[in-house]
Amino acid sequence: MSKYRLRGRGRVDSSKPVVFTFDGKPYTGLKGDTVASALLAHGVHLMGRSFKYHRPRGAIAAGSEEPNALIGTRRGPGRFEPNTRATVQEIWEGLETTSQNKFPSLKWDVGAVNDAAYMMFSAGFYYKTFMWPRSFWDKVYEPFIRAAAGLGVSPTEEDPDTYASRYSYCDLLIVGAGPAGIAAAREAAGKGLSVILVDENPEMGGTLLSEPQSKINGKAAWNWLEDELAALQAAGVKLMTRTTAIGYYHENLIALVEKLTDHLPTLPEDTPRERMWRVRAKQVVLAQGALEKPMVFHGNDRPGVMLAGSAQTFLNRYGVKVGNTPAVVTSHDSAWYAAFDLQDAGAFVQAIIDTRAQVRQDLQDEARARGIPVKLSHTVTATGGRLRVNNVRVNPVSGGTNVGAGQWIKCDALLMSGGWTPSLHLFSHTKGSLTWDDDLTTFLPKDTPEDCVITGASRGLWGVEAALRDGAARVGEALAKLGIGSSASEYSVEDDRTGSGVMMRELPTDRSPGKAKAFVDFQNDVTAKDLRLAVREGMRSIEHVKRYTTNGMATDQGKMSNINGLNIAADALGKKQPQVGLTTFRPPYTPTTFGAFAGYHRGEHFEVVRKTQIDAWAEEHGAVYEPVGQWRRARYFPKAGETMDQAVTRECAATRASVGIFDASTLGKIEVVGPDAAEFINRMYTNPFLKLAPGKCRYGLLLGDDGFIRDDGVIARVEEDRFHVTTTTGGAARVLNMMEDYLQTEWPDLNVWLTSTTEQWSTVALNGPNAAKLLAPFVEGIELTEEAFPHMSCVNCTVAGYPARLWRVSFTGEIGFEVNVPAPYGRDLWEKLWEAGQQYDITPYGTETMHVLRAEKGYIIVGQDTDGTVTPADAGMDWAVGKKKADFVGMRGLARPDLVAPNRKQLVGLLTEDNSWLEEGAQIVFDPKQPIPMKMVGHVTSSYNQGTTGRPIALALVEGGHSKMGETVYIPMPDRTIAAKITGTVFFDPENSRLKI
Amino acid sequence: MIQIHCPYCGETLPELEFAYAGEAHIERPLSPSEQSDEQWAEFLFLRENVKGPHFERWRHLHGCGRFFNAVRNTITDRFYITYKAGEPRPDLATLLEEDK
Ligand SMILES: [Zn+2]
Repeated sequence: MSKYRLRGRGRVDSSKPVVFTFDGKPYTGLKGDTVASALLAHGVHLMGRSFKYHRPRGAIAAGSEEPNALIGTRRGPGRFEPNTRATVQEIWEGLETTSQNKFPSLKWDVGAVNDAAYMMFSAGFYYKTFMWPRSFWDKVYEPFIRAAAGLGVSPTEEDPDTYASRYSYCDLLIVGAGPAGIAAAREAAGKGLSVILVDENPEMGGTLLSEPQSKINGKAAWNWLEDELAALQAAGVKLMTRTTAIGYYHENLIALVEKLTDHLPTLPEDTPRERMWRVRAKQVVLAQGALEKPMVFHGNDRPGVMLAGSAQTFLNRYGVKVGNTPAVVTSHDSAWYAAFDLQDAGAFVQAIIDTRAQVRQDLQDEARARGIPVKLSHTVTATGGRLRVNNVRVNPVSGGTNVGAGQWIKCDALLMSGGWTPSLHLFSHTKGSLTWDDDLTTFLPKDTPEDCVITGASRGLWGVEAALRDGAARVGEALAKLGIGSSASEYSVEDDRTGSGVMMRELPTDRSPGKAKAFVDFQNDVTAKDLRLAVREGMRSIEHVKRYTTNGMATDQGKMSNINGLNIAADALGKKQPQVGLTTFRPPYTPTTFGAFAGYHRGEHFEVVRKTQIDAWAEEHGAVYEPVGQWRRARYFPKAGETMDQAVTRECAATRASVGIFDASTLGKIEVVGPDAAEFINRMYTNPFLKLAPGKCRYGLLLGDDGFIRDDGVIARVEEDRFHVTTTTGGAARVLNMMEDYLQTEWPDLNVWLTSTTEQWSTVALNGPNAAKLLAPFVEGIELTEEAFPHMSCVNCTVAGYPARLWRVSFTGEIGFEVNVPAPYGRDLWEKLWEAGQQYDITPYGTETMHVLRAEKGYIIVGQDTDGTVTPADAGMDWAVGKKKADFVGMRGLARPDLVAPNRKQLVGLLTEDNSWLEEGAQIVFDPKQPIPMKMVGHVTSSYNQGTTGRPIALALVEGGHSKMGETVYIPMPDRTIAAKITGTVFFDPENSRLKI
Repeated sequence: MIQIHCPYCGETLPELEFAYAGEAHIERPLSPSEQSDEQWAEFLFLRENVKGPHFERWRHLHGCGRFFNAVRNTITDRFYITYKAGEPRPDLATLLEEDK
């Protein structure tokens, strides 16, 4: 049995030893232990090093609020997690744990040199180093901060665990299963309601687990607890342990994280590690209890210095004495009980040091009866001991501030209590308002906009009986809103421990407060001195003080530091606490794994990948893909050993020489149908559509009402009242949304239906001189001749036996067809054309070749050659704007003064003088000799090196470009400046001679 | 997550099904060409940016697809009312009174 373990005491199982390791050394604990309680049972207090100063630290608390004892836990490959609180992690046979922030070892740490340089790293350190001296940043500060910043180390392997995600709905959700939460659940149980009671701990009971001495309605506390939980279970209340309510969101949506396997020695099959629940509750009861405040004095972070209530938890719940000769320093009655419990358990309490002059007589009498020395009106001014406290310096105080001579008292632990802070985190998530209570020197909950009540210690009620009665009463308000009457059950508690105390800032000291290392935020190493310095340096709001000092910004979210920090800042500012304000609590309540948030959305499920019916063929033929919106599209089809440039050059040449085949299925498609379909299209697009005959296609340009290009595509009038509209691949949803907006809200009188048909059609494009020859044998219903089926025609016919919408269109400058067949037939059609195309050396090409071929013809790609500030005139596309139309979307916008102003950026071609390739996005200047910063007059929008013109071509937006044909502009690059001549945008076959069959 | 009542579906559904669509009751002029530059600029660009109850449009994007109007408090995200497109702007004072 380990040295500090009390056999048979607590809720751990003495018959079940569990061996785990800490920094490689094996320790034996008991089933039910946390890593912290098991280490403390062996007298191990040193569990980690602090973040900034690398000071030795031990567990200060016993629960999820612990700021110091952060460890790494490992369970084989991939299952490493840093920053686990040793006070939460349950031990299991074989668990490997390691301390953090130490090198080379926890006991001898090189980084502790920071501690010696304490004066350098005070408040605002991060901000000051950002500013001065600049030259130090790269070589000194950044490497230092990078090495020192962050807690623990990130896992390097992929997480092999699964994380589940579930929704749940209930009438009543109760957060916190201490006395108040259990009493609330009991009131609601058996009334036909769905009730969920959650608690972050492995077992329910809250403070009762640490205070077994009380008797509730005549029953011993732990018997009462067992009976109550059984009764709740029997009444159908859903009890969830190891489940943390991490956030409270709009309209009673509460996020719960349920930990399922972290406590198990072997992982069960098919069980997720964690499950994120999104619970929509009709009513919520918050019963999260209160957190104990540390006291602020020099050396309050030494291992062995811990919260008195936590020492009581280690003793009563885990059967572990945190020391044999502890001392107690407090300003609150509750710590006296911790002293009594420890003394009764066989420890020798060296002193109870209370800052108050007056303390309840019954407490003093009990201390005297146990032989514990009591020092009222005393302060603590220092602690001693290298890696563990071994004495404490105690001084009398008179008149509040006069500190007398110090005296060292030996001790092996120092228990402190600065009183209690209601846990208001979730209440604050609801945007609930708080009110300052002068007597309790803390904030209390006031109003909340959500359907929620808060009860027990969370609203400043101390003691088991008060919590039970309040839980039973307050849940009545929630039940009444659910239409259920109730009368609160009665509770009477014997040996209840209630108490009161006073608020202290830093404890008074006879030493220089400027040299005191009196910690307020233990995890971020923020001292009282830092907070006062922040105020002296001009921080006035608590939000500024917080960011300047990082007080409350660590992973414990200021659970221990916020109120002490506020008290000290308020004192330094000479204001009352509510005038200084409390920083905002934000979810999550405790650190939460990325896995829990991601749930199923990982790997292939992270985002939808849309694939066409022809995608698999492309994969089989070695396509290299690129993402376009959510689609993956074949970018090029390299042959063995080909680079992208070589493949694209070959694909371009083959298409222009014979025939290329291209999967255009991702193009957005919208079916516009109804008696007013032509009128609608005519109003939406710049081009005239009223007179477009059925069987004809027309290019359409879509503007916003501001006059800027939004999208484009070919539109076919399939029938009198039916249009097949195409959009850019990425713009489909946006265009449909815009069309619906105008149709529903501006022109509800138009009788038109819009339907997305993008996924309904497979679209195979054939381009090249042999395209008609290849396709003709497959087509029934139309002759593919210049006369019967001229360029920009469409027809409903049969292709390869499939019903088809056949279009004669070209985005390459070659003879072109787009065959639309019902989506499932796409691959079969493609393969038939592929087979028959072998006689023409048919070549499949991807988006890269499509881009080159269109750029050679000066066809724009919306979103690449335009950026939301380009008009049709800027793009040289005035021809697409109907001049006789009464109105279309964007028509009035085109007349705006800025849009008709001279010197707008206009789309032009660029040919480099030295035949070099330009980088897309590169900036353009007129005069390369002007001083820096140069005036930039445009940028390269598209640039290709692989085309059929035998030289690199580029498109660019250039100020006044249309009137600068033949002039030279310059593109400064890091290594040189490239000169280029402004040209028209058509680089290939300007006469359009190749479109004729 | 907010829940929003779609006046067309008649159901209160999670925010995820909906898309915000800007300020409500901004009507596109019937004859844009007759608008002055100032009028057109106001129509295009000027919005209230209210802190508090705001008349705004939403679309039941992943449901019925309809655009509708709403009055939402931009501080608390509380929806006072949702109503069909084309229905008149409700009286704000009455709404706020009813909400008490
Ligand atoms: Zn709807």
